[in-house]
Order: sequence, then structure tokens, then C-alpha cells
Amino acid sequence: MTMLELYGRSFENRMLLGTARYPSPSKLAEAVQASNTEIVTVSLRREAGGSHAGEKFWNLIKSLNVTILPNTAGCYSAREAVTTAQMARECFQTDWIKLEVIGDSESLHPDTAGLVEAARILDAEGFRVFPYTTEDLVVAEKLLHAGCEVLMPWGAPIGTARGLNNEYGLRALRSRFDTIPIIVDAGIGLPSHAARAMELGSDAVLLNTAVARAEDPARMAEAFAEGIRAGRNAYLAGPMQPSDMPRTSTSLIDKADLRE
Amino acid sequence: MRIIVNGETREVGNQLLSEILIECGYRQNHFATALNGVFVHKHQRKSTRVMSGDRIEVVTPNAGG
Repeated sequence: MTMLELYGRSFENRMLLGTARYPSPSKLAEAVQASNTEIVTVSLRREAGGSHAGEKFWNLIKSLNVTILPNTAGCYSAREAVTTAQMARECFQTDWIKLEVIGDSESLHPDTAGLVEAARILDAEGFRVFPYTTEDLVVAEKLLHAGCEVLMPWGAPIGTARGLNNEYGLRALRSRFDTIPIIVDAGIGLPSHAARAMELGSDAVLLNTAVARAEDPARMAEAFAEGIRAGRNAYLAGPMQPSDMPRTSTSLIDKADLRE
Repeated sequence: MRIIVNGETREVGNQLLSEILIECGYRQNHFATALNGVFVHKHQRKSTRVMSGDRIEVVTPNAGG
């Protein structure tokens, strides 16, 4: 089995799972266990003095024995994202950061200029940056030049569950950067979407809401893990090429002559 | 002096960030801080002086996607 390689670390599982919006902490833990996810995303939020909510959440995450990928969700400028990353490094004791710089509050479209700027600063400070981006090839090139060793293009805008909005763009990204790990992040709603992303040659899929808001998050997490495995196997197996012309699968050679 | 902690105006008696945090009830270890949008490392809190009107952010681990 080929491993998923991210910044010098190897993972068997190709599903990254968000920790937000579950009905309860135990449902989150069950989903992580059901999918055998090895990497989960987390965030930082304000806490009132005297509260221990953050500490409780941190203890839950530590008990799952997974790799932690903090995000900069909700940041609207490079500077804000950089400060959030610096705080995340201290809180979560990791230099991994899922870098989000959002450019539009309605569509949650990434601000790719701010993303590249923040990636450059964070790389210089020793961070391992996972940039949440679009499928734009030129932006991807700039992110790699800024020091990123992973690309995280969207499938569709965050939380839409629309699947892959631009398969051509994702295929082009795979083809252009054939040695860079590509994690499709956001917009995934069904295991078939995730399987499709993997069939196109993506290295992994990151999802959250599709699992967290399912009626049975653990079962849906397992279904996604199966879809991702199936898609990966299909990619490695080398799919046949589509054709406009029909072709029988059963040979006509030596077919009996039954004409009257 | 009057400062803003996580978006709320507070009246505090101390001036050092480390002391203000204790005054505001942050006694656990697991949080990170920023002053006026700039990260303040935990080892710098004891030497960071806060001025009237400054904005302090205190964040802790939370769920995220």
C-alpha cells in the first residue's frame, strides 16, 4: 500500500476529518474511530476567564491519538491568519497549519493573494503550511514557490455539499503538479464525491460537515473512508478511457451462425 | 484602566499582560494570547505592558473544519 506523505510524515489513511458541528463530543470520537482517520482539523476560539471548555476539547482530541492540523478559519487577511497560526502553534504544539484566508463572506471564496502572502510569511517562520485554495494553477505555483509542499484545492465552496464543481480544473492541477500531495478540501457532501476526487488522482480528501451533520456520523465516516479507499484503488488500477463509440464486451468471434 | 478582552470592555488594576490574565480569570495553561492583533508568546506575557484602550485576545482549542 502506498502511503500518504505530508511534510515528511507518512499516513495510511487518506481521509482528513474536521471536528466541528457534531451533535456531541462522543459522536465526534465515534466518527474518528469508525473512519480510522489519522489527521483531524481543529481551530482556536475566544474563551471567557474561568471557563474550561478549551481544555476539555483539548483533552478529548488528545485521547483520540491522531495528528492535529489547526486551521485559520474565519481569517480575512494575511496578517490575521499569520497571528492565528502563531497562536495555534503555541496552543496545539505543532507547526502544521491549515491556512485559510477568506476573501468574501458570502461565498467564502479564498483570497488567493492573501493566501500566498501569508504562506510566504509562515514558511519563513518554520510552519508547515496546508493552503486552502482554488484549483487555479498559477496560484498553486506561487504557493509552492512560497514554500508549501501540499496543495488543498476546494471541491466546492465550504459547506455546500455540491461535490466537485470543476473536475477539469482538479485534473489539470493533478497533471501539472504530479509529485505534490493534493488534498481536496471543502464542498464534499457524499462518499461518491470523495471517491471521484480520488479517482482523479487526488492524494486525500478533507471533509467535516458531511459527516458531522449526518444522522449517523460514525456510519457516514465509515462510508466516506470506504469511498476514499475505493477511489484510490481505482486510480491506481488505471481506469479505462471513455469512448463515444459502443463496443461489445462479449467477443463476437466464434459466435454461432443462427441465421435462418 | 479600561481595556478590551475578547471584545468586552474591562476595568483592570494591573498593567502586565500576565497579571491581567490572572485578574480576568485565566488560570489554566492552555490558551494563547494576542495584544492589538499581534501574537504574544507565553514567555513574553510577564514582560508585556498593556496600555489603556488595548485589545487583548485569549483563545483556546476548539472544534474546526
